[in-house]
Amino acid sequence: MARMKFLCDAERCIECNSCVTACKNEHEIPWGINRRRVVTLSDGKPGERSISVACMHCSDAPCMAVCPVDCFYQTANGVVLHDKDLCIGCGYCFFACPFGAPQYPQAGNFGSRGKMDKCTFCAGGPEDDHSAEEFKKYGRNRIAEGKLPICAEMCSTKALLAGDGNIVSNIYRERVVGRGFGSGAWGWGRAYIGEGRT
Amino acid sequence: MDLRELVAAMFLFALIVMPLESLQAQSVRPPANAVNQGIDKQIDEQIGTSNTLGTNSQSDYWRDLRHGKDGLATSGQSGRKLIQAQGEQWRIVRKTYIVKYGGWVLATAIFLIVLFYLIRGKIRLKAGRSGETISRFSLPHRTAHWFMASIFILLSISGLILLLGRTVLMPVIGKNAHSIVASAAMQGHNLFGPLFIVALIWLTFMFIRGNFFQMADLKWILKGGGLLGPHASAGHYNFGEKGWFWLVVIAGSIMAITGMILEFPWLAESLQLLQISVIVHAIGAIALISAALGHIYIGTLGMEGALDSMTTGDVDVVWAKEHHDLWYEEVTGQKVANPEAEGSQSIPDHNQISAQSQTTET
Repeated sequence: MARMKFLCDAERCIECNSCVTACKNEHEIPWGINRRRVVTLSDGKPGERSISVACMHCSDAPCMAVCPVDCFYQTANGVVLHDKDLCIGCGYCFFACPFGAPQYPQAGNFGSRGKMDKCTFCAGGPEDDHSAEEFKKYGRNRIAEGKLPICAEMCSTKALLAGDGNIVSNIYRERVVGRGFGSGAWGWGRAYIGEGRT
Repeated sequence: MDLRELVAAMFLFALIVMPLESLQAQSVRPPANAVNQGIDKQIDEQIGTSNTLGTNSQSDYWRDLRHGKDGLATSGQSGRKLIQAQGEQWRIVRKTYIVKYGGWVLATAIFLIVLFYLIRGKIRLKAGRSGETISRFSLPHRTAHWFMASIFILLSISGLILLLGRTVLMPVIGKNAHSIVASAAMQGHNLFGPLFIVALIWLTFMFIRGNFFQMADLKWILKGGGLLGPHASAGHYNFGEKGWFWLVVIAGSIMAITGMILEFPWLAESLQLLQISVIVHAIGAIALISAALGHIYIGTLGMEGALDSMTTGDVDVVWAKEHHDLWYEEVTGQKVANPEAEGSQSIPDHNQISAQSQTTET
């Protein structure tokens, strides 16, 4: 079974934010929430790099560990999903997540958090595949349609790669060898620690 | 990682890495083009490497990111940081130290109370009830106490569900039911949390009088509070009650501050402040709940006649004589004939001391 992973090639990302927009559109994400964001480093200076980041679907996911209601689960593909029916909006996953992936709609007048929303690797949630309920809560289930995440699929420079970790790292390795530089597989050391080399 | 190791590692970091960094900054290779020196230096300061850039991604660059270097984000709630490294530490501290050991601290507290009950049993009035009472707590005192007690119990139960529910409750009632309970607990906790502050201020003003340390308390401590041995003389409040009062005031204030930060997360400047608040809030809660268990035990099951002071407000004269002799003497002006031969000699001392401390206080 494939182990799904994200990889953002910082040598290619041009900070167009199309991944953010595509994600928002595909899943009809409510106002105020972005499942993906682009962070630019050394902005405006030589050596500027941009990286698109969302939930990395960690092997030993901190969100799963700290959730007080145990609403997270990891699919056989290694995708970390959560059950919004169980989520109580406590915010602990956000405290623990290294990548700032969990997002919360504002639920009450005093700014209390609603049920957490995050990147699903376009794999929906615990509801039946393609059900209206699933789409409403988690967005489209592209994985069940046999497609890969929309953010990576429509990335204009193919900076963002998503899919089977082995294939993703092979593509990246070829790139690094081909261009002769840029080997920082950003975030992998943190997200996929303990999985060995792929 | 051990929490102590963590602190030690932070000190080590400060001691070793910081001087090293300044060394590194001094040994920066002079740039080929001297005109660019200023820019290069700026870059070095920004990303902490001496020879990166152009078309190269240096490993140091990525390492810095991993340790929480900031970037610039144009979208999202999570801000500039690509990797917030403290999250992992927070997870370890919460899961290992707070949930695991905190749970054991509470279990131990319950165990010790049961053990104490089995050894000592209910502390009965030696002379039996006389039927004659004296007033101990006025209605405003009792109201403040029970207002605080109700909120405290509500917050304790709801807080414990959030802290230990996944470990203790969820395996019993299942995920779905537990989620409903936990959601109600969180909403209730947030709703009644601010009332705790009102209760705390009220309680502090009502009970602060007489809760300051006196010399009689030292003797009380030396006698171990008379928990297992002979009676230790005490005024209106004994040292145990005073300690409990100050624990509530001090730990309660800390709970109020951290609680407000957690209830209104936008008050927090940083995620780190929220993370620390959760940990501090949980430690304070465990300390308060453990102590409260002892307080509830001794006020109800553990001691005959003690509950009267918080129900009717009037305690039996015998209870006053046996447990708060100095207070009884002060209120009635009558001496307590001490039944304990061992303690009888020190009675005059107590009187003198309490008289002294009374005069100095008032």
